[in-house]
Amino acid sequence: MEAANRLDAKELERMANKIRMHVIEMTSAAGSGHPGGSLSSAELFAALYFNILRHNPKDPEWEGRDKFVLSKGHVAPGLYAALAESGYFPTEELLTLRKLGSRLQGHPVRGKLPGIEMSTGSLGQGLSMACGLALAAKMDGKDTRIYCLVGDGELQSGQNWEALMLAAHYKLNNLTVLVDRNRLQIMGKTEETLSIDPLQAKLKAFGLNVMSIDGHNVKKIIKACKKAGTSASPAAIVLNTIKGKGVSFMENNADFHGRACKPDEKEKAVMEIQEALK
Amino acid sequence: MKAAQRMYYGKALAALAARKDIVVLDADLAGSTRTSDFAKVAKERFVQIGIAEQNMIGVAAGLAAAGKTVFASTFAVFATGRCWEQIRQAVAYPKLNVKIVATHCGISVGADGASHQALEDIAIMRALPNMTVISPADANEAYAATIAIAEHKGPCYMRMGRADFPLITPEGAEFVIGKAAVLREGKDVTLIGTGQMVIACMEAADALEKKGISAEVINMSTIKPLDDASIIGSVSKTKCAVTAEEHSVIGGLGSAVAECLAANLPAPLERVGVKDTFGESGDPNDLMRKYGLTADNIIEAAENAIKRKKGKK
Repeated sequence: MEAANRLDAKELERMANKIRMHVIEMTSAAGSGHPGGSLSSAELFAALYFNILRHNPKDPEWEGRDKFVLSKGHVAPGLYAALAESGYFPTEELLTLRKLGSRLQGHPVRGKLPGIEMSTGSLGQGLSMACGLALAAKMDGKDTRIYCLVGDGELQSGQNWEALMLAAHYKLNNLTVLVDRNRLQIMGKTEETLSIDPLQAKLKAFGLNVMSIDGHNVKKIIKACKKAGTSASPAAIVLNTIKGKGVSFMENNADFHGRACKPDEKEKAVMEIQEALK
Repeated sequence: MKAAQRMYYGKALAALAARKDIVVLDADLAGSTRTSDFAKVAKERFVQIGIAEQNMIGVAAGLAAAGKTVFASTFAVFATGRCWEQIRQAVAYPKLNVKIVATHCGISVGADGASHQALEDIAIMRALPNMTVISPADANEAYAATIAIAEHKGPCYMRMGRADFPLITPEGAEFVIGKAAVLREGKDVTLIGTGQMVIACMEAADALEKKGISAEVINMSTIKPLDDASIIGSVSKTKCAVTAEEHSVIGGLGSAVAECLAANLPAPLERVGVKDTFGESGDPNDLMRKYGLTADNIIEAAENAIKRKKGKK
C-alpha cells in the first residue's frame, strides 16, 4: 500500500465495518464458518491492509511486500474480506466461501488465493511459519516486516512458545506477534478453559517487547505497529477485543465462535452494521 | 568398504552449500545427523532450532515460502512422529520445498531402544499427498539422493540408518527419484529391498543361487512415487516376490508393493520386516536377527513365495 493510498482513522473504522458486513454475508451464505473472531479482528484487518502493510494487490508476489500470517486460520472470512476490499480479487467472489471449487477455502491455503502467504487452520503453527519468513528476510538483508495474528485460546498450544523462544533467541525484530485477546474460545472463557493469564508477563518472560492496547482502536493499532518496528527484539501486541464486536447479540458470545447466523439473526446483524456504516 | 549414510549426507550438504538458497535446520542433533558439516562451511545458513521439532517444521515452511530450499534433520522418530501434523499442514499441503532428512531409522539404531527406533516413518510419510519418500540403500546412494532432492522442487522425506553399511552402489552415480534399479537379474523370485535390506537381499540371492534358485534383486530406493513398472516388469517374469525393509510390515515398502501387485498383477508376496511390534535395546546385529531382518529371513521368505506360486503352500 503506497502512502498516498493509506486510509485515515475514520475511513479505517468504516472499512472495519465493511469487513464485518462481508463476514456476516459470507458465513451466512456458507451456512458455516467462524464469524465471532472475524468480527473481533475487523479493525486489525482494516488497519493492516489499508495502512500498515506495504503490499500491492495488483502484484501479490511483489518482492518488497510485508507479510501477514493468519495463524488463527478459522477467521479466514475477515482476512478474505480485507483482501477483496484491497483488490486482490473481486468482492463478489467472497460469497463462494466454503463452497465446492472455491478459492476461498474454509481455512486459508497458500497458492490458491492471491494474498495468502501460508496455509493455516491447524492452530498453533502460524508463529513458527512467521519465524521462518522473518529468518529468511534477515538472511536476505531485506527490511520485510512479518505480522502474525494468533488467537488467545490458540496460545494453549505449546508450539507457539517454541516459536517465541526462537524469535527472541534470533532477535527477530522484524516480527510482530498480534494476539487477539477476546477471552473466548469454543468451550467458553479462555480463563475457565485453560488460563492464559498473566499473558503479558509470559510474553515478556519469553523476551518479547510487549504492548497491550484496545484492539478496536485503529489509531492505537497503527501506533503500536509503528513502535514494534523500532524494537530491538520481536514485538507482541495484545489486542484486547470483544468477540463478535459490532453485532450486539454476537458480542462476548462464544456460541458464534464457530457458527453462522441463522436467517433472522443475519437480518438483524446486517441492520446493525448498516447503521454503523451510515 | 563400509560407510554410514549420514556421513555422506553431511558431505553432500557441504557440497551443496555453494547454493545460496540452501538452508539447514537442526534440532540439537547436528553432530549425529552430520548437518554439522554444513554448519562448518555455511554457518549463516544453518539454523539451530533447539529440541523443538514441531517448530522446526513451521520455520522450515516459512523459509521455503520465502524461496529457500530447506533441509530439516533429526532422528527419524522425531522428524516424522513428533511433527507429522505440522508436516501435513505446513509442508505437504502447500507443497513447500522442504526436505525432511532423518537419520537413525529402523531397529539397527540399537542400544537406545524402542523410543529411538523408527519403524513406522515410511508408512506415515507415504500417506501424505505431495510427499516424496526416499530410502537409499547405502552411503553412496544417500549422497546422490541428497543432491537429487535438492534439485527436486517440493516436499521430500529421506530416511537413513545410523550404522556403517557396506557400499554396494557405485560412487558418483546419478540418483533418479522414482526409478528403481535391478541389481541382479533372476527368473524364480523377485527380491525387492529398501535401505540396508538391499544388501541383505543381495546376500540372500547369492545363497539362493547355491540352492538352484534364481532371484532378481531390485533396489527400491524411492518408495513414493513407487516404480510400478519395474515391479510389474520383474514379477510378470518371476511370478512371486519378497519385500525387505527395516520398518514395520504395516504401511511401508511391503504394503506399497502389495498395493501395486494387487492392482496390476496379483502374485504371492512375502514381506520381511518388523512384525507389528516395538523394538528394544541391544546390539544392532543381534536386533536384526531377533526381529527377523537378515538374509536368512529373506531366503526363507523367497522359498515360501516360490512354494505358494507353485500351489504347494
